[in-house]
Amino acid sequence: MNKLRENSALTGWLMVSPLAFVLLFFLVLPIFLIVVVSFWRATEFSIIPAFEWDNYAFLFGSPVTYTVFFNTFKYAFVTWVCTLLIGFTVAYYLAFHIRSLTWQIALFLLCTIPFWTSNIIRMISWIPFLGRNGIANSTLISWGVIDEPVEWLLFSDFAVILAFVHLYTLFMVVPIFNTMMRIDKSLIEAARDAGANGAQILWNVIIPLTKPGIMIGTIFVVTLVMGDFITVRFMSGSQSANVGRLISNDIALLQYPSASATAIILLLTVLLVIGTMLRFVDIRKEL
Amino acid sequence: MNASIQDLELVSVTKRYGATVAVDAINHHFRPSSYTCLLGPSGCGKSSTLRMIAGHESVSDGAILLAGRDISHLAPAKRGTAMMFQNYALFPHLSVTDNVAFSLKMKGVDAATRRAQALEMLSLVDLTDLADRLPDQLSGGQQQRVALARALITRPQVLLLDEPLSALDPFLRIRMRGELRKLQKELGISFVHVTHGQDEALALADEIIVMNNAVIEQAGAARDVFNAPKTRFVAQFMGGHNVIALPEGQFAVRTDAVDITSIENGMLEAVVKAVEYQGTHVSLSARIAGDQEVTALLTDTAFFSNPHHPGDRIGLHWDANNLHQLTA
Repeated sequence: MNKLRENSALTGWLMVSPLAFVLLFFLVLPIFLIVVVSFWRATEFSIIPAFEWDNYAFLFGSPVTYTVFFNTFKYAFVTWVCTLLIGFTVAYYLAFHIRSLTWQIALFLLCTIPFWTSNIIRMISWIPFLGRNGIANSTLISWGVIDEPVEWLLFSDFAVILAFVHLYTLFMVVPIFNTMMRIDKSLIEAARDAGANGAQILWNVIIPLTKPGIMIGTIFVVTLVMGDFITVRFMSGSQSANVGRLISNDIALLQYPSASATAIILLLTVLLVIGTMLRFVDIRKEL
Repeated sequence: MNASIQDLELVSVTKRYGATVAVDAINHHFRPSSYTCLLGPSGCGKSSTLRMIAGHESVSDGAILLAGRDISHLAPAKRGTAMMFQNYALFPHLSVTDNVAFSLKMKGVDAATRRAQALEMLSLVDLTDLADRLPDQLSGGQQQRVALARALITRPQVLLLDEPLSALDPFLRIRMRGELRKLQKELGISFVHVTHGQDEALALADEIIVMNNAVIEQAGAARDVFNAPKTRFVAQFMGGHNVIALPEGQFAVRTDAVDITSIENGMLEAVVKAVEYQGTHVSLSARIAGDQEVTALLTDTAFFSNPHHPGDRIGLHWDANNLHQLTA
């Protein structure tokens, strides 16, 4: 028994095993199964274990795939730009314009209040607001800004992106705020001492030092938007599609092999995007 | 007229934070091209004073004049001052050269010129070899020199240093203070240096300003402040003094000005309390009338030629001109 206890290699293995076990069962194994299934053969009424590239061939042969992937990137990019602008501004205001820590914490918590309700409810609550006879249209008409209801407010790409921005801006605010709070205030004084004005301080000091936070927020937003399917379905009124909807449609039709193949391609795409981004910014200091 | 070109002057400068007064209407005229130390315990207002001169803290009342010009409400970079921060505040994402050239970049100087000027500054502080490193690849002493170069590249008339040596280990601190002093002499500009270490102030300063409770307790040449403290606070803060209450009032007398003699020859009778050997000196504490303690710092030859032990009765003696009356 004592000998066992002295065996430090064994202790080490035992210590990592719970985490390794969790990751193996809940991450590696499911992905492995998806990979396996993506090579199976499917007909209208049966799924047969096999190893063939038909699913992938069909996926890459169909023009729909490219449109849908393009759409997914478009949503991700526009949402990223909007959340970044809003998130950076909010975080900047909280970190540099609010002087007392108490107020910073209070206002930060205020930002999280919308997250006390579920994603779906927050998304659906836009529908009566944006609809043809919704609050937005009737207000605009009563102000005389428009003569007849605007059609593109709901069930459009605008609505999808609006919902995405609403849902995911906080994922941008939190990491950026966190990085900004770590910036030594004397750096800003030093910049001012060297004659930098507000815009120069922002561009030459704050933005470079906030890059890791921006990158972490970007990873959150991009992966969430690229993997989403429910927002696109509700807010576009089933008129637009992204990769997530492609997968969910396949699943609804019990086409698991095809869904798996699409999922694997989406996974690789997201990994490629994040891998590219990480080459530009070192986020290790933030972890 | 010429002499006043680089004069820095504080005219009843006051800093209030709400109801608390951090700096209370202080007046001082800094001599041109001099090394001045603002000395005092923490919270005495010395840092606030420095930050007001730099422009990082607004002046509640009064005026700061540099070369006859009121600079109290100008932007930091427009004042002709430059500040070196306590933790150096180097930009962690910029190389040494870019840190030094930062103010030139802000002015819109082109890349080649600012690099050339930055390298010139770096050669002044002897750091040309490390020009392309990032700040966190440098030692504390090297970081300090980068900060110095970054402050000096703006060609300030007055360099403000906020506890510049406090982040260094004792060995480096002594070396860096020598370098600071040398640099001040070479550049011929005024340095204003905030510190809470009296040994640092004595080693560096032409002039020492001792602050306490938001006011200047005493200002003057380093030797005058140490040798002839005006108040009880200065005597105790500078160290090396006995503060004694005599029938004529409160007095300060330097510990090394106190001599030991026999009871008959002494001015005061005392009982030896403790003897501490300190290498070159022996510190002897004795109790005199009124339960006051007096320390005498004796050379080791003087002490061991006539040693005393705790409990011995001795006489204390000093020259009358070594006795300085305290006003408070």
